[in-house]
Formats: sequence, C-alpha cells, structure tokens
Amino acid sequence: MSDRQQVSIYSGEEEVLSAVVELRAAGFRILEVFAPYAVHGLERAAGLRRSRIGLITVTAATIGSLAFYFFQDWVAAISWPVNIGGKPYSSAPAWIPVVFETGVLAAGLATVLALFVRSRLYPGKRARLIDPRVTDDRFAVVLEIPDSGFDVERAREICARHGAESVEETAVPESGKKPRKPHVSSLEVWR
Amino acid sequence: MDRAAWPLREPLIAGDKTPGQVTIDVSRPLEGKATPLWWAAFLVSLVTLGVGIAAVTYQIRVGIGTWGLNRTIGWSFDITNFVFWVGIGHAGTLISAILFLLRQKWRTSVNRAAEAMTLFAVMCAGIFPIIHMGRPWLAFWVLPYPNFRGPLWVNFRSPLLWDVFAISTYFIISAIFWYVGLIPDLATLRDRFKTGVQQRLYSFFSLGWNGSLSVWNRYETVYLILAAALATPLVLSVHSIVSFDFATSVVPGWHTTVFPPYFVAGAIFSGMSMVVTLMIIARKTMRLEDYLTHRHFDIMTKLILATSWMVAIAYATEFFIALYSGNEYERFAFLNRAMGPMAWSYWIMVSCNILVPQIFWFRRFRRTLPVVFVATIFINIGMWFERFVIITTSLHRDFLPSSWASYAPTKIELATFAGSFGLFFTCFLLFCRFLPVIAMAEIKGVLGSHLRPQTVPIVDEVALEATAARSATAELEEVAIPGPGAVSLDLSPEETST
Repeated sequence: MSDRQQVSIYSGEEEVLSAVVELRAAGFRILEVFAPYAVHGLERAAGLRRSRIGLITVTAATIGSLAFYFFQDWVAAISWPVNIGGKPYSSAPAWIPVVFETGVLAAGLATVLALFVRSRLYPGKRARLIDPRVTDDRFAVVLEIPDSGFDVERAREICARHGAESVEETAVPESGKKPRKPHVSSLEVWR
Repeated sequence: MDRAAWPLREPLIAGDKTPGQVTIDVSRPLEGKATPLWWAAFLVSLVTLGVGIAAVTYQIRVGIGTWGLNRTIGWSFDITNFVFWVGIGHAGTLISAILFLLRQKWRTSVNRAAEAMTLFAVMCAGIFPIIHMGRPWLAFWVLPYPNFRGPLWVNFRSPLLWDVFAISTYFIISAIFWYVGLIPDLATLRDRFKTGVQQRLYSFFSLGWNGSLSVWNRYETVYLILAAALATPLVLSVHSIVSFDFATSVVPGWHTTVFPPYFVAGAIFSGMSMVVTLMIIARKTMRLEDYLTHRHFDIMTKLILATSWMVAIAYATEFFIALYSGNEYERFAFLNRAMGPMAWSYWIMVSCNILVPQIFWFRRFRRTLPVVFVATIFINIGMWFERFVIITTSLHRDFLPSSWASYAPTKIELATFAGSFGLFFTCFLLFCRFLPVIAMAEIKGVLGSHLRPQTVPIVDEVALEATAARSATAELEEVAIPGPGAVSLDLSPEETST
C-alpha cells in the first residue's frame, strides 16, 4: 500500500463516469470515488460489487417473524391459555398480522444497522472529506500511486480529457484505518 | 422509445438548475432568519396546539365522559380522527416507496416533505386511541412484556392489538426511512454551515458521511430494500389492519371484505390531497416554484382522480352487496346511511370525494393551483366524513331499536381534533425551518434526466421527428423553459446534413 494518491475533481456526473471507465481500462487502481449524489452505473464502473446487505434483511425478517409466531403461540396456548370465543388456543391465522409486522420491523432495523456498522457511520463522527465540495456539486476520483510504475502524465492526461477541473498528487492522509486485506479493501482508507 | 419522446416532456425541475444551485436554493430557507409568514403560521399552530394540550389535559383528568359518546356509540370522533390521520400518512409512504419502485422521478421533489408528513400524521393519529384507553398512563400495557400480573398477556387475536403492532412498526420504519434519506443532505448542510449550533447538530446527525462511493453503493441497496421490500408491503398492510378493526366485527356496515382495499385506496386518496395542500403552501412560502412545477401538481392531481374513482367503486360495491346479500340488517344500514338522520354526512362525503375530484379531468384545473388547493381541502373534508360515516352511522342504528341513539361531538372533542392539527402544523413548520424540505441528493440525480448527452444518439430519425413535433407544440401551448436538451437537439439537423 503506497502512501501517495492522485485526486482529480470533476463537476459533472458524465465526466466522472467516463473518466472512471477509462482510468480503470488503462490499468489505474481507483481507491475511492466521492459523489454528492448517487450516479447510476458509477458503482459498477468503479468496480464495486453489489452490496449483500439484502441477506441481512432476509435473515432478520425470518427471525422476527418466526420469533413472534412462536411467542404468540406460547402466550395463547401455554403461558396463560384463555378461551376467547371458543377459538382454538393456537389460532394460527390470527397470528399472521403481528408476524408480518414484526418481520418488517426486525428487517428494517437490522438493515439500517448493518448499513451503519458496515460503513462505519455513527453519530458525531467527524467526516473525512477529500474536498469540502463533494457534498455539494463536485465529484472526486482518488487513484492509488503505487511505489513504482505509475504514469503520472498518462493519468493526468486521461483526467483532463474527461473534464477534470484539477488534478493533484497528494499524500494519503494519516489516521485512516490500516486495511486488513490491502488487495481487497484499500477503499477502506477513506472511511 | 421513451428517450425519443423527451423533448416533448417538460423538465422535472425548471430553471436549468445545476447541482450547486439546488444546494443554494434548498438551504436558503434554513439560513438566516425566519420570514414573518413563517412566524405567523408557527404562532397560529402553536396556539392551536396549546388549545389541544389544554383539552387533552382536561379530559385525562376528568375522564372520557367529557366526550359525546354513549352506550350505543362507543366509537365516534376519536376513532374517526385516528383513521383520518393514519390515512393522511399513507401518501408519504406511497410517494417515497411505491413511486420509487415505479421509477417515478417526479417524486424526488415531494418525497422528503411527504415522509415528514407521514411521521407527523401518525403521531397525531396515535393520540386518539391512547386517550380513548381511558387511562393513558397505562398505555404501555398494550405491549406484550413480562409482568407481575400473572404474567397476563395481551390478546393476540384482537385486531386492536394488531393495530398496535401495525402503527408502531409503521412509525418506526417511516422514521428510519426518512432519516436514512436525510443523511446525505445533512452532510451537505454540515459542510455548508460553517459554525453554530445548527452546524453541530447537522454534523452530529450526518454520521460522518463523506460521499464515498463504497458507502453510496451500500446506501442505495439499503434504500431500495427499505422502499421495495419493507415500506411498500407495510403501507398496504397498515391500513388493511386498521380496517380489520371494523371488518372483523359483526356490525352491519362494518362487516365487509371490501374494507382493506377500500381503506388503502381511501388513505392514499386523502393523503395525496394533503400532500398537495401542503406542497402548494410550501411552494408559495418558500419560493420553491422551480422544484414544484405545474407538472408535479398535474401528476399528483391525476393520482387523486384515479384514487377518487377507486373510492367511488368501493362505495358502489358496498351498496350493491348490501342489496345483493339479501340481509335486511345490511340493507337497512346502507339505506340509513344515505337517507337516515345522518344522511347529511353521507352526502358531504359523496360530493367531496366523488364530485369535486372530477374537475381534475381538465388540464386547466390541474394546473391552476388555487383551484387545486381548494379542491384538495374539500377532499380532505370529504375523507374525514367518510370515516365518520363508516363509524358513526353504522353504530347509531344497531340491532335493537330501543338502543338507537345519536351523537354530537363535545367542545372538548373538537378542541382535541383542532389540537391535533396544531401538533401537525407545528411539527411541519419546524421541519421546514430546520431540515431540507426537498431531498437535495435525489433532486441532483434527476436534474439531467431529460438529457444525457452521451446516451442520446445524435443522429436519430425519431429524435428528429420529435424535434419537429416539439417546435409545432411549442406554438400551441406553453411548453417549458427550453433546457439544455433543446439546445443539443437543435444541433442535430445540422449534424445530419454534414
């Protein structure tokens, strides 16, 4: 993992998208892209895989629903059976609305929690911004500058051709978490 | 092809906004001092809320004998208000979740405010059943928690308990959805405001968001899951479950299987009207004309018209089934609704919910905002009366003529209802003052949706035809401000000739 990076700033989504596509095709390694809003297709262009948070949603929904199914059964048939209108103690159809609601509730809470934990978002966290304008209207592409074999001119040329407003080489800021597996998650330096 | 048709479409956002301009426009009302208009509205809301608080305090001290209920009519004003407010909330989720699924890009101008409306409306709704419990300080008994009374559990077979789960889940999920949507915008505000308490709060709640793509990637997935997998079925379930409160009973007029879809359609109908009412006010007072264009109101009023017909079909179905069932109690209940002592409320409902929306067949009315404003207020009145009709007129003539009774709300009930409006508008005005009413990060994403230069083929016969059509229609009617789309298209004939 090198301690140098190249940062190029763009003002439009088309520019950043085409720059990312070409930079990757030319063999440069993109550490991170910063965007003020979600640009359709930019994630795939930068080589990010689809998030698997959906698995957490499904798991939480299943747990939430099943737990409340059995809880209702236990309450109505075992803990304190009450005869209500002669209905069976274990009235499965009547459990369904609550089973559905608790499934949705568990899934929603777990999904958002997973987003926060996985992205290390927490209240009061100090934002590490590459440029104060990336939450307004600018896009930033961060390239890794490896210890050898980085063609600065080529990279600058590609960025400029796609409309980069500025390109500069800087040091990777300190205090970023050391990535555990550099070959997969060097993106984490920017979290 | 949709893309070929784009020059004919008005741009979603008027005035050729750039993303930076969006930030400036949306943040403007949050910076500096509040306008006198805001203060006036806020004070009126606050006073109304105060009246409500006084009324609630009084009725909790004295008991719900202060209401106009009697032994025959055990539910009336309170449950009407409850269903009314829950229904209002549904449009927020419709706009934020269902229209997101349907890829309706115009929703981006309205979704933030509509979701806020959902939250505040559900808060207002919750007040009424909680007071109706009689001992609201024991309201937590509705939750199934281990206790020293046996443990004595709640009755999971009761639709009223399903309601507890449905409404609380709905509130929590709506709040989460709203907050998750707010995070990128809070980050924008955090970086825009340099100092002050407001900046520190934005900073605290923006969770250190820095716009990194790996987070956006996950964020988008989560947003889709919340919208598609959770909020969409949830919103349909909530009002279905609210309707079970009635449908599972044996009261003629309540005991019908049409209730769940009927209630959901009605909820969206009333909620959409409330959204339109609020958005017209917000547009005017906060100078959001470029973001809430006539096109938005055009689409929303069409939705109102469509749901008005769904509600109309439900009314007709109820009457038909009452006749067709051959059940004399059922038949009596419906004849009594239309011609009995409370027929006036039935006809208010029909005229507000079915007749008034018919003006939206006309494009001119859909785009004349004063007309739309008045019409949506009538619809809200109509939808309130729908719930009143369902609840009160079904109860006041029950199976035993000796117990027939009538109902009129007391001053306390009226004050409580007014107070719920006070609460709603106080919350909404505070929201307008301190949070971005328009989802900036989403708007920025659709700014160029009518123009994507590298995806629009420059030489394209269909597009050329469209250009011709566009110049023809431009003379006929007021088509939009020519955006960058028009400029690039005008070039295309030259490009083909060279």
